Amino acid sequence: MSVLVNKDSRIIVQGFTGNEGTFHASQMIEYGTNIVGGVTPGKGGMKHLEKPVFNTVARAVEQVGADTSIIFVPPAFATDAIMEAADAGIKVIICITEGIPVQDMIKTKAYLEGRSSVLVGPNCPGVITPEEAKVGIMPGFIHRKGHIGIVSRSGTLTYEAVDQVTKAGMGQSTCIGIGGDPIVGTTTKEAVEMLMHDDETAGIVMIGEIGGGMEAEASRWIKQNGTKPVVGFIAGQTAPKGRKMGHAGAIIGGKDDTAAAKMEIMSECGIHVVQSPADIGLTMKEALN
Amino acid sequence: MMNLHEYQGKSLLKSFGVAIQEGHVATDVEEAVAAFRKLQADTGTEFAVIKAQIHAGGRGKGGGVKLAKNLEEVKEHAGNILGMMLKTPQTPGGLDGPGKLVRKIIVAEDAYAPDFDACKEYYVSILTDREKKRNVVIYSTEGGIDIEAVAEQTPHLVHKEYVDPGAGLLAFQARKISFNLGLEGKAFKEMSRFIASLYKAFVSSDATLFEINPCLKTADDRIVAVDCKVSIDDNALYRHKDLAEMRDLDEEDPTEVEAKNFDLSYVKLDGNVGCMVNGAGLAMATMDIIKLSGGEPANFLDVGGTADADRVEKGFRIILKDPNVKAILINIFGGIVRCDRVANGVVQAYKNIGNIEVPIIVRLQGTNADKAKEIIDHSGLKVRSAIQLKEAADLVAEVLS
Repeated sequence: MSVLVNKDSRIIVQGFTGNEGTFHASQMIEYGTNIVGGVTPGKGGMKHLEKPVFNTVARAVEQVGADTSIIFVPPAFATDAIMEAADAGIKVIICITEGIPVQDMIKTKAYLEGRSSVLVGPNCPGVITPEEAKVGIMPGFIHRKGHIGIVSRSGTLTYEAVDQVTKAGMGQSTCIGIGGDPIVGTTTKEAVEMLMHDDETAGIVMIGEIGGGMEAEASRWIKQNGTKPVVGFIAGQTAPKGRKMGHAGAIIGGKDDTAAAKMEIMSECGIHVVQSPADIGLTMKEALN
Repeated sequence: MMNLHEYQGKSLLKSFGVAIQEGHVATDVEEAVAAFRKLQADTGTEFAVIKAQIHAGGRGKGGGVKLAKNLEEVKEHAGNILGMMLKTPQTPGGLDGPGKLVRKIIVAEDAYAPDFDACKEYYVSILTDREKKRNVVIYSTEGGIDIEAVAEQTPHLVHKEYVDPGAGLLAFQARKISFNLGLEGKAFKEMSRFIASLYKAFVSSDATLFEINPCLKTADDRIVAVDCKVSIDDNALYRHKDLAEMRDLDEEDPTEVEAKNFDLSYVKLDGNVGCMVNGAGLAMATMDIIKLSGGEPANFLDVGGTADADRVEKGFRIILKDPNVKAILINIFGGIVRCDRVANGVVQAYKNIGNIEVPIIVRLQGTNADKAKEIIDHSGLKVRSAIQLKEAADLVAEVLS
């Protein structure tokens, strides 16, 4: 089955005609992703990359049956784009934008409550179901179709894990980059839950980092409900307290959100925790046997 | 996250109608004297409190906060505190470290006059709860002391009030806080108003933290912020030009400031192996690998997605400023950016800098990784190359042994 996106997803790009939107839309189309159009307010009626451009998301839903959106809109306008997509009934909203103020995300999360849309991100690489749909900025060629689901707060570290999984002779069902911000649409636990319920997924790689309690929450859920092996890693074992390490959400606030504390909880909950990020692929392979 | 000085935080609070302990900034003794005279004229305070302005808590413990009972004492304390290397539990290296240079002080009114024993200190903070995805007001009757200790020893004395994102902080919530703090009469009304104004200031300024400790009930039942710690969301500074201007570069590491000007995300650490990586998560993971290989990371450095010759060169120069660096690990996962281009960039940057004394390990993985390794291996430079992360880790261990 895979989760969130597949070959039948009808995907639009918000911020379609901008530099980022144009570049990554081309890459996604080249990968074979079913991009059905894009939205740039004021440019409706145009064609871009041979796809129709719409003024509003609602129009794109009405005209081309869009059900998924990927957002490349600058931070000051990105939450408006998310809420517009939700209002138009888009089912899966993937926001790549980095640098959205926290107070804006609080309002956006509240807006999404009670609506049927799933938000992934912001500040994330996107979601890919290999050989079906690449809805993000990840390099497509490192992925292979397979049975490992990957959940991660980071970009290049996810690619590292994907690459190791591929080189170890396995492939991926769906890889979900949930994003590096303090407040994200889909939490680690929610992403793990989707993959745990997915028939095509046999094992899960869960990559976290310092800051927040998402990994601990996911671990407790796995302990209660897990039916598949999970390999885990937390980046930032050597990070100092109180300093932001690149990602807005990667900051140690107290004793519970250090890498060591999270890894301990993960181990207690039956997750195969690796100390070195170089061991993710092989550990997954061993865990499956 | 951008931290403000106490005096900057107080001016922000005051602009939203939050009552504060009044005071004036001074950078030398002369200004301190003028500040004291103005303060006496404006507030009628008899004494003054001289407070060092640095970005660290626990200033009193290191001698950075003193009560002056007359003009002579104002001069004396201002003279001693300005220019001192103030050590607190939160300055680099703690009480045994070098401390931080004090460049500014506040000359503040004595908010505890005229009856110290009739005053009461409370704790109030506002921050964003990441898990609940909403703002929360945290408060306690146990003010003026370390709140983490209070939370540890007497957790029932620390209360939380979550704020609905749509409705904002409601009047009944401010009342509830005042009741729970045991206030009545005028002080009750003052506290309710204080909390409402404080929350408005928090949201309007895109703060990530407000900590008012102590929050004082004066002898005449007013509520004032005696100290405040304020942090602002970096991502929101574009809509707060006035706050962005409050950034004090003297309080930041000069190399980190330089890196920021180059648009590189850099954090200085204490170790011996420098690293340069694309992506924040992979950068943290690379630091962890350095540790597992027997080294200690000297920095966090995310050069971002492009990693071209120019950025790599700037990264090299930033890392090499640190005399503790004994080796450098470059770890780039080339996805959309091709590894052979990054490799050429590394070679170019190396040549531009000239003589780099420390061993360098370059790990390039992704598009054209083999070609990239070839470029590095045939460059004639003292650079080791790797493709797998494990190989890179082994090379780090090798050069350190």
